[in-house]
Amino acid sequence: MQYPERHLLAIEGLHPPAIAQLLDLAESYVLLNRSGKTQRDLLRGKTLINLFFEDSTRTRTSFELAGKRLGADVINMSVSTSSVNKGETLLDTAATLNAMQCDLLVVRHDQSGAPNLLAQKVDAAVINAGDGTHEHPTQALLDALTIRRRKGRLEGLTVAICGDIGHSRVARSNIHLLTTMGSRVRVIGPPTLIPAEADRLGVDIFHDMRAGLAGADIVMMLRLQRERMTRSLVPSAREFFRFWGLDAEKLAFAKPDALVMHPGPMNRGVEIDSAVADDPARSVIKEQVEMGVAVRMAVLDVLSRTPSRGRNER
Amino acid sequence: MSADLLFHDVRIIDPVRGLDQQGNLLVRDGRIADLGPTIGIPEDAEKISAEGAILCPGLVDMRAALGEPGYEYRETIASAAAAAAAGGITTLAALPDTMPAIDDPALVRLLRARGEETASLTILPYGAVTRGCKGEEMAELGLLREAGAVAFTDGSRAIGSSRLMRLALSYARGFGAMIVQHPEDPSLANGGTATEGAQATRLGLPGIPAAAEAILIARDIRLAELTGGAVHFAHVSTAEGLALIRRAKETGQKITCDTAPPYFDLNETAIGEFRTYAKLSPPLRTEADREAVLAALADGTIDAIASDHQPRDADDKRLPFALASPGGVGLATLLGVTLAQVHGGALGMVQALDLLTARPARLLGSDAGTLTKGAPADLCLFHPDTIWQVEAGSLPGKAQNTPFDGRALEGRVLGTWKSGKRVFG
Repeated sequence: MQYPERHLLAIEGLHPPAIAQLLDLAESYVLLNRSGKTQRDLLRGKTLINLFFEDSTRTRTSFELAGKRLGADVINMSVSTSSVNKGETLLDTAATLNAMQCDLLVVRHDQSGAPNLLAQKVDAAVINAGDGTHEHPTQALLDALTIRRRKGRLEGLTVAICGDIGHSRVARSNIHLLTTMGSRVRVIGPPTLIPAEADRLGVDIFHDMRAGLAGADIVMMLRLQRERMTRSLVPSAREFFRFWGLDAEKLAFAKPDALVMHPGPMNRGVEIDSAVADDPARSVIKEQVEMGVAVRMAVLDVLSRTPSRGRNER
Repeated sequence: MSADLLFHDVRIIDPVRGLDQQGNLLVRDGRIADLGPTIGIPEDAEKISAEGAILCPGLVDMRAALGEPGYEYRETIASAAAAAAAGGITTLAALPDTMPAIDDPALVRLLRARGEETASLTILPYGAVTRGCKGEEMAELGLLREAGAVAFTDGSRAIGSSRLMRLALSYARGFGAMIVQHPEDPSLANGGTATEGAQATRLGLPGIPAAAEAILIARDIRLAELTGGAVHFAHVSTAEGLALIRRAKETGQKITCDTAPPYFDLNETAIGEFRTYAKLSPPLRTEADREAVLAALADGTIDAIASDHQPRDADDKRLPFALASPGGVGLATLLGVTLAQVHGGALGMVQALDLLTARPARLLGSDAGTLTKGAPADLCLFHPDTIWQVEAGSLPGKAQNTPFDGRALEGRVLGTWKSGKRVFG
């Protein structure tokens, strides 16, 4: 099975074999990383550019480490959004990158669809590292790998995703991936944070957290941004925590061996209680970070194998 | 004095009279001299005949944005006039939300004069409802009307304040003018870029609920009743909004509306993976809404089909979806996309042409849109079955942002005449 796309822009549209291929390969990188051996020559001579229009220390670092472990030349470009927003710069950036003969381009942008636009213009393979409220495919892959390693499977599991579903690219990518791989997905949150017709994504919607968590194998928490309060989507952080924050009492409604996940960075006391987040028996949040590097190595590996669009073909 | 012009043995359709017959039409001195199956034919007349072609009044487009003044990089009056002529349009009502806005009588006169300069297009200017189309203070509606404004609107911007809308309806009534509303509740639409629903959710785009249209329509119907004023809803796109208009019309209220081809030819799926040429305002709706628009055209609830021409530069569109400027060009495709519904059986040919000629002309208080003897010979000759493909980049006019890129159409304009002078074909 050959991964069928030239880019990784979204999970939506990927078929189970392509997802499984990425997860299997990532699994082998987990073992390799733990053994301390690295494959320093796989991407030798290839240029990986981390193009971040939005700050994200952890995602950028994770891609940087993944690229370096495979021997790529890694360059970080942070572009402040204030000077960008106007797209001319986005396409100018694409032209610049083509001139630099970049092979792999990792893009984070605050606008949904920005990586799709770049992918039309650059020669490099584009990896979406989070675009607006659309998708964050490598996060979903690393979450799936974490779950699969702990539970041995994805199919038949009940996964509850809680919090600000509407503004979450992590939620969208996870919903697509998990439903594609046969998990049952529930989304839990106040009606103002559940997007319109979310049920048509193939999930069950809950507004009561205890009901939503009942019998869940996985509890996935999302970050709630302060801005949601100022825009009246929720009245206050303390009210949110009371009804949708994960604490031991609410977690007790899930299965006794349910895992707690969070894509980070956490707002302790807003969406998650420290006692739960730091409980080694339940929380796999640190493991998610480890899986992130392995998954990104797998993605870089696979995309570097598909021949990049040659300059003559354009 | 130019030679007489004879359209020989063509299918002549004059929708306002329900006329649809094979015959001849004679143009003399820029006016329609005679028409019918057996009219006297001067020997030296220039003859035009085309088998299977239809001759109808030049189209009357009641809603189009011109690039001038202020957005000449998108479109100029000259380039818009060329696109209009290629689309069979000879009369066009121009939106006032330009830079500066058409909120001064001198600008109304200027636009009328600029139309005359083209010698191919009559421009009927809308006046701004509020100064600068900013939605704050009322513009000088009386003076604008006196200068030749056909009606008042703030263009792509809704008049959000209920009080202001009430005053505008009430005041404009005194001058016999209607208020044309962009029916979208601004606070509900705030920041939205696509129809709220599964598609917007999937793409992670902020949505505009269909209710934003219905809410403003319901409010304005009530305000029209309160003031006795005339309200016209532009580019109506939802089943809900149309149901409200249908009911108000049944009770005899002075309510009218139009729609534009994208809303009966496309639905939200045209956005695909972030195609910004399909980003319109109002946004493309669901398939059920598209069907409702078509039904409302067929049953007469909708009074006119307008191009809703909104020229944009490539740089306005080559942006992430939410940042791209909404709007699509529509002059060159107005007739072809409408004819698709005639070929599909949803509309009759005469009915469709009525929606493109006489009915919008009547709403604008214009004499255009009919083939009356003695009237200026503004004519459109088209072949209803000629197949062509819409292609962004090769459309007439400057702006190329068509939402119909790649669409195959049946029906193409063969020639357009303005006051008897051939301006296209």
